[in-house]
Amino acid sequence: MNYHSRKLLKLNLAPWRMVAVGGLLLGGLVLVASRAFYLQGLNTDYLQGKGDAVANRNLTLPAHRGQVSDRYGQLLAISTPVESLWARPAELKLTTAQHAHLANVLGMSTPELSKKLARKTRGEFNVQRPVTPEQAVKIAAMGMPGLYLRREFRRYYPAGEVAAHVVGFTNVDDLGQEGVERAYQDWLAGREGERQIMRDRRGNTIRDLTPIKTAQMGGNLALALDLKIQYLAHRELAAAISAHKAKGGSVVVLDAKTGEILALANQPNFNPNNRRNYQPGPMRNRAVIDTFEPGSTIKPFVAAAVLERGLFHPDSVLDTPETWRVGNKLVRDEHPHPQMTVTEIIQKSSNVGAVRMAMTLTPQQFWDVLDRAGFGQMPGSGFPGETAGRLRDARTWRPVEQATMAYGYGLSVSLLQLTRAYMAFANDGEVMPLSFLRREPQEIIGERVFSPSVAREVRTMMEAVTQEGGTGTRTRVPGYRVAGKTGTAHKLVDGHYAPDRYLSSFVGMAPASNPRLIIGVAIDEPSDGVYYGGSVAGPVFAQVMAASLRQLGLPPDAPETATRMTLNGPPVVARADGRL
Amino acid sequence: MSRLNIVLALVLMGCALAVIQAQHRSRTYFVELERLKKEARSLDEQWGQLQLEQSTWANPARVDMLARTQLGLVAPPQERVHVETLVGTP
Repeated sequence: MNYHSRKLLKLNLAPWRMVAVGGLLLGGLVLVASRAFYLQGLNTDYLQGKGDAVANRNLTLPAHRGQVSDRYGQLLAISTPVESLWARPAELKLTTAQHAHLANVLGMSTPELSKKLARKTRGEFNVQRPVTPEQAVKIAAMGMPGLYLRREFRRYYPAGEVAAHVVGFTNVDDLGQEGVERAYQDWLAGREGERQIMRDRRGNTIRDLTPIKTAQMGGNLALALDLKIQYLAHRELAAAISAHKAKGGSVVVLDAKTGEILALANQPNFNPNNRRNYQPGPMRNRAVIDTFEPGSTIKPFVAAAVLERGLFHPDSVLDTPETWRVGNKLVRDEHPHPQMTVTEIIQKSSNVGAVRMAMTLTPQQFWDVLDRAGFGQMPGSGFPGETAGRLRDARTWRPVEQATMAYGYGLSVSLLQLTRAYMAFANDGEVMPLSFLRREPQEIIGERVFSPSVAREVRTMMEAVTQEGGTGTRTRVPGYRVAGKTGTAHKLVDGHYAPDRYLSSFVGMAPASNPRLIIGVAIDEPSDGVYYGGSVAGPVFAQVMAASLRQLGLPPDAPETATRMTLNGPPVVARADGRL
Repeated sequence: MSRLNIVLALVLMGCALAVIQAQHRSRTYFVELERLKKEARSLDEQWGQLQLEQSTWANPARVDMLARTQLGLVAPPQERVHVETLVGTP
């Protein structure tokens, strides 16, 4: 059929109209297609991003820092989430009433708050860090634009200043700054995780878009510290420091069998929960970082050195005149006795006796004993800032120096190092490596310093120190046998030994029959007239030792005092089930 | 032939519905899982806070102070300590 040939169907249209309509339709199509191409092809990333931004979320999975606890699981440091208040200045609009309310909640005056909020910073700044949970609830309820709460972890130290030096502290970014917090930063720190999720309209998580990177929580740490002993050490030391008006002091308590550090306290100290007033002085862990000349506490090592070589026996008698000349140095005893046995030299802390014994050794032999005992070497506790002290090479010693070293001048030690060295006497000649962490006895290998017989002989001598006629009678612990050595050293001030400044020390162990604990005490510049190690540091030792032995429930090994106690004590009747 | 097609179409419909059902269930469970994870986390935090609180109350310094001041306790003097040695123990 031919439509064109039919007259009726023939349209009488001008040809340009067809072209115009066709052109318009085509133009529209091109427009739509190019827009589609623009959106789908050129601009797709931007739009995809917009779409994802609505539905997808990147979440950081918080990881908190590990806990630090003592050997029985008592908390020493814990991270717990707290809210802090942040402000975005660009969005900040507060009515006067809201402003006043906020100031009230935060516990500051209105002008104070205005000053805080008036800060011209791009982005955001924190207003209060942290806020208490109660404050957080109130602030959230107010719903003020530009102010919002952010959740972050904050470190708390429940033991406060008691264990401050050992545990240390972290800074605001949760990085360990001192102590165990710093030494075990990598282990304690958590690693944040990340996940990408898709959310529905109501904010529910629908699915994960990428595999989850799980957050790694920080590892927990059990220290060797015994919080009860630590508290006792802290309390007794603080009491002694204030009683003797001393500049500072330290106490170290070691487990003689395992080398674990059961307590370590210093004065002055600080509260790690209060980060406002940081001062470097009180934060220094004196027992580990500071060195001093040990004075008479070195004498047991002199005795061990001469016994070991068979040069003397504990009962060998030496002439000990009041003064003794070595080179141009006059060594003097304050309480002279014309003749003493080796035991008495230790018991009465005779300088002349110690010098005479030390001069029978060659410098190399004497150095060798001190070196084996760990002087001049890192104690190996792993504590940040640990010092090796100072022990010069034997080849550089002059005779005078060898003599002064016999009574503890011319070398320097830290209290931790000195106390560690005494482990050789306490543990039958074997020194266990130090540890701030709790450990099992079977996993450690000691280092032999003296033979068991020498160690026991010196221990017996040191027991005489605490008995009648010794320098350490105030270090006795009722019910137990105690061995130890007093030390009173003049302090070196500007290159001269100050006649009136002392460092009083005592290192001792108990029960002497089979020592379990070694306690070292050093008191820096006691200035109330009493300065002998046995009178200043000794009582601190006795108090801490008595309480610690009771705490550990060790059986008394001094039967005569135990019997006396039994006679005087009222009868204690145990019930049938064995409890009191 | 056409009967088989109808059956297959019905089976296909059934499968489609099952997929929808499964997808829905998976989402519901996922939401539930998320909620429980969040709860676990908040319980964990609460546990930490309670531990902190407990150790603050049990702080030796505080116990010492309270025992001395409020309860009037003292460490036993040596003469009142009675040491029992049980026969047969080291």
